[in-house]
Amino acid sequence: MKFAVQINGSPYAGPAGEMAYQFVVAALSSGHTVLQIFFYFDGIYHGLAAQMPPGDERQFTHRWHELARKNNIDLVICISAAQRRGLLSLEESRRQNRADQDLAPGFRISGLGQLVEATINADRFIVFPGS
Amino acid sequence: MKRYLVIMSHPPHGSIHVQEQLDVILTMAAFDRSVSLLFLDEGVFQLLRGQTAQQYQHKETVAIFDALALYDVDDLWVETESLMEKGLSLEQLTLPVKPIARLEINALMSGFDVILGG
Repeated sequence: MKFAVQINGSPYAGPAGEMAYQFVVAALSSGHTVLQIFFYFDGIYHGLAAQMPPGDERQFTHRWHELARKNNIDLVICISAAQRRGLLSLEESRRQNRADQDLAPGFRISGLGQLVEATINADRFIVFPGS
Repeated sequence: MKRYLVIMSHPPHGSIHVQEQLDVILTMAAFDRSVSLLFLDEGVFQLLRGQTAQQYQHKETVAIFDALALYDVDDLWVETESLMEKGLSLEQLTLPVKPIARLEINALMSGFDVILGG
């Protein structure tokens, strides 16, 4: 079965990220495909490049990158939610005359159209809510 | 074509949530998807007539709800128990919404292919 996932909660404010991660790992290990993970609302903080938690803690951003790379999952961060919260890709920050690159490796920034497309292409669409 | 149901359960101006949910709804409508909305819990306040977000410098989400019909988003439901718990009646809402009892929500949801909550 083809899944698409939406994550609406930030890594540290609730269980959305951990639950989504465990769900995706379980789905993949059962032979399912995960087409896309769409990060919306405060979920966009999963793709913040400079997150450096202590080494003995969960590395959310790195974990998504590894999982996506090995399983060919499209990690999409919503552009409007990201800009509102100050997460800019290099292209966008140049447009704003800034120099940040806030987008972690393995993620891409795109619009809500990608979310709609994922719901069309997937057999099941699962939302992990924020607070 | 898949049918979409969006669950509206957040209060209108406590966060950016409703505004960002409306962005999703408008995008779906722009992609010619069939979108229905279900208002429950604190979400019933989203349609309360006469509200203003002026003092919070927040977008007037009621104006966006009023425009949804232009995008053919007009299949709107509200949970009867949520309305009663908040002391509201259908007449106080800014759009025509269909009341549905809590016990019937499961059956309503089963008629949709994609449900967006949270």
